[in-house]
Amino acid sequence: MKILVCVKQVPDTETRIKIGSDKKSIDATDINWILNPYDEYAVEEAIQIKEKQGDTIVTVISVGPERSVSALRTAVAMGADEAILVKTDDDAYLDSLAVAKALVSVIKELEFDLILCGKQAVDDDNLQVGPMVAELLELPCVTFIADLKLENGKATAKREIEGGTMVIETSLPAVLTAEKGLNEPRYPALRGIMMAKRKPIDERQLQYIEPKIDVVSVEYPPTRKGGKIVGEGAEAVPELVKLLKEEAKVI
Amino acid sequence: MSKPVFVVTEQRDGLFRKVSFEALSEGRRIADSLGSPVVAIIVGSGVEALAETAGHYGADRALVADSDIFINYSAEGYTKTILKAIQQVDPEIVLIPASSMGKDLAPRLAARLDCGLAADCIALAVDNGRVLAKRTMYANKILADVQFNSTLGIASLRPNIFPAAQPDTSRKATVEPLKVDISQTDLKAVVKELISGAGEKIDISEANVIVAGGRGMKGPDQFKILEKLAAVLKGAVGASRSAVDSGWRQHADQVGQTGKTVAPDIYIACGISGAIQHLAGMSSSKCIVAINKDPDAPIFQRADYGIVGDLFEVVPKLTDELKKVVE
Repeated sequence: MKILVCVKQVPDTETRIKIGSDKKSIDATDINWILNPYDEYAVEEAIQIKEKQGDTIVTVISVGPERSVSALRTAVAMGADEAILVKTDDDAYLDSLAVAKALVSVIKELEFDLILCGKQAVDDDNLQVGPMVAELLELPCVTFIADLKLENGKATAKREIEGGTMVIETSLPAVLTAEKGLNEPRYPALRGIMMAKRKPIDERQLQYIEPKIDVVSVEYPPTRKGGKIVGEGAEAVPELVKLLKEEAKVI
Repeated sequence: MSKPVFVVTEQRDGLFRKVSFEALSEGRRIADSLGSPVVAIIVGSGVEALAETAGHYGADRALVADSDIFINYSAEGYTKTILKAIQQVDPEIVLIPASSMGKDLAPRLAARLDCGLAADCIALAVDNGRVLAKRTMYANKILADVQFNSTLGIASLRPNIFPAAQPDTSRKATVEPLKVDISQTDLKAVVKELISGAGEKIDISEANVIVAGGRGMKGPDQFKILEKLAAVLKGAVGASRSAVDSGWRQHADQVGQTGKTVAPDIYIACGISGAIQHLAGMSSSKCIVAINKDPDAPIFQRADYGIVGDLFEVVPKLTDELKKVVE
């Protein structure tokens, strides 16, 4: 079986994001870059499938600048076999559709039985690339999967929706996007990390793709005014209820 | 007259979900700025009656794709049907709720239509006849103004942000049934089963009140006191990442950067210190209350009201006091 996992390098979620001098993008200095957390679930799932059924090649791919190599190496250290970087300029702006098109250009040439993605990258929060890749390839897609079983050339996935879970069966090849809870991603072993360092990365240069959506400007959200400590312990509760009712008028 | 505003509605069991009223109302507002009509689409099985309601919320035309094939949600079936309708209507913009359904459909439609998608928007505006969208990135740490670089644009709307208008029962939409030409063999991914959560649980992304617990809850059983408080306020129970990672609550309840971004009227944080990724996910709540025994917890910097104290004493007392007020 050939599995492709699409990954992105993103700032650590504890990073304080600073706006760049162009007021359109973020300041990329002093950022601890990590493999997108939702992509970790996708990588882990692919490796578990490989361990379970054998005879499987797991390829990871990323569209991004040179620094993305470290995210790919993290995935290889976890157990992925091959890595492809579709390289962009350091300051290139791509919207989700452009990323999906870049991925599709490679996928069309290599062909896979299963394509896994994280449900979203925790930087742009677009939640778009997975289903876009599926549509461009005319493949079925199940988003936000919290459970996956492969059997008789079919995939059965659990998809979380508001107040419930859908059980969806799909033929393969298919695109699936991982929700938290799908599995528990492993920490790469030292041996894996050492091997990943020597792994050659298949690097390709991205051909320009016109974005369909432009970021005009970015700003910080309005800061909330400093809070009011109503009091200490249970004695403060009546005053809090009074404030919620009369001042905030929310109850 | 400008090109129409196209609104994709969402229903479950033949009833509109709240996000549909939000999308229709915002659609009406944008259409009034553009000087254009609102065309709504309703997809489902046994949903004809919803067309009238769509009119009350601002739709001028209600396209109804009613078929047994839609008894269960089907991403492929819905995409194909909505796509065809959009191509026929040729709108200026498509609005769709950023619910789990909308988040599933919107990227597919954008890919097929080769157009831009502004996802999970928190505000829309019209400038010189063009729609601009405001959305968040990095789980609310950054706000971005985006514009479409394609003739058509799609905007998905974050639940609980756009106010739903009061329905105007004198408004009537023209009802137009759509021919559904999809067969079971067209669908490669099929819903086999729908497992509902316990009772009619409100999802935190759509709740007006959230009572959330963190590490300070000390264990899964203690969340019962939060359930009681939430029940009094008809709200939902949320959780911090550490509570979810400890296995005390399911991931669907997680607020923050690897969970959900929420904007309820009241957010009550109990035993949550306030990690950056958590604060990002809840700071657009209208009123934030924090209960924590550590007076230096960062959550107090974001809270409108704070009580320093033992949540196991404060929360039951708060439940009792609120019960008196609400009843």
